Amino acid sequence: MIYFIDIMLIALTAALINNFVLYYFVGICPFVGVSRKVEMAFGMGMAVTFVISIAAFISWSITTMVLIPGAPLSSFVAGFFLPKEMAANIDLTILSYIVYIFSIASAVQFVEMYVRKFFPMLYSSFGVFLPLITTNCAILFACLTIMSHVVGVENPKDMWDLGRALTLAFFGGIGFTIAIVIMSGIREELELCDIPEPFQGAAITLIIGGILAIAFMGFTGVDSGIRDLLLPETPSQVSAMIQKQPQFSENIISSIEIFGIHMEIQ
Amino acid sequence: MTDQPTAFERFVQGILPENPVFRQLLGLCPTLAVTNGMKPALTMACSVAFVLLCANIVISLIRNLLKPHLRIVVFTLTIAAFVTIADRFLAAYFFQMSKTLGPYIPLIIVNCLIICRCEVCASKQSVFTAASDAMGQAIGFGLALSSIAAVREILGTGMFFGIRVLPENWPDWVIMVLPPGAFLTLGLLLGLVNWIELIKSRRAS
Repeated sequence: MIYFIDIMLIALTAALINNFVLYYFVGICPFVGVSRKVEMAFGMGMAVTFVISIAAFISWSITTMVLIPGAPLSSFVAGFFLPKEMAANIDLTILSYIVYIFSIASAVQFVEMYVRKFFPMLYSSFGVFLPLITTNCAILFACLTIMSHVVGVENPKDMWDLGRALTLAFFGGIGFTIAIVIMSGIREELELCDIPEPFQGAAITLIIGGILAIAFMGFTGVDSGIRDLLLPETPSQVSAMIQKQPQFSENIISSIEIFGIHMEIQ
Repeated sequence: MTDQPTAFERFVQGILPENPVFRQLLGLCPTLAVTNGMKPALTMACSVAFVLLCANIVISLIRNLLKPHLRIVVFTLTIAAFVTIADRFLAAYFFQMSKTLGPYIPLIIVNCLIICRCEVCASKQSVFTAASDAMGQAIGFGLALSSIAAVREILGTGMFFGIRVLPENWPDWVIMVLPPGAFLTLGLLLGLVNWIELIKSRRAS
């Protein structure tokens, strides 16, 4: 039951509260570039969701099997030419960035070939976006978030399993899709507006993104509220992302003052 | 290679006329994410400068060996190696800053700015030109980052580099150091730059 609630909270956090685009600013390039038409934006979002899930699966497997200290595969291979106690603790986490970006790039290539061969319909709808995705920060960001929950975790119980990793990646992709589809809907309407000349194009898109981010800030604290509702007796140890990365959280802790207006959150 | 710009032209172009953030809209992810204060912004600018310089030099040295269909992979792996160096260096000597920047240092790997410079300049021109291009682009990126960070930090906390510049009774616009402030500031600054360009071109014609 606790596991199920944990999964649900990770999904909610990834999709809405800490939206990849509007909270972590990853995937801004397609958010500005490909958000002119709703169909294109939806295709891009689906392609990202697809690739991000595959990349999360690959990177979680590589991290637990090869990279972390005492991983089964690397210690097995090192056992052939190193003393036993050294081989058991071999630590390859320094290679993680190179391994991740290489696995993402090759995964994108294979997915493109596979989809083109076996699903021509699917390929015609989002195939054109697949090569662009290699350099989409959202994919690497998901891999790094999963890594931060697997590498260097003191308590082995807090280490993420494959289910949590895939949930984060899939719902992060869904959150990306939500943000980019809302954005493209607004931009289609914006074609009819009279925007001042210097603000046309990227500038107005970013300002709208800011207003959307303010709207998405309304979800802050929903996760801890739901958790307290469902599990009132256990102390809060949910592995939601907001507790793991305290970049902005010191400002969000209890209250937020926006332009002098005092808002109580929680 | 007569039509390629010289080293000095590359250097000057990177700073303002082809500013990576305001003119080319490259590398927006760190631009928005780490500019809630001057210190993280400058750390990020220095890391990007280091990676860009090293990657440009290495790519320029091996440019005659590159196969066209494999070049993007080579670019990314080169960048990833240097980003690992920068990340370990920050974690060793500036641990608090490395915690603050979190995943955004490794995300330099997929920063389009560096791949774009490798593709446009380093894979075609000599080492000296590539290095000066990297310096120019890095200075332009640093300028853009620090201008956004200055606006956000001063309005959001009333401080600049942690020193109070606005009066004590200034109501902090906390929204400016939160994620929406990044979008708003960059959007308005982009509009300002476009407006200045527009006035200049009107005056010229």
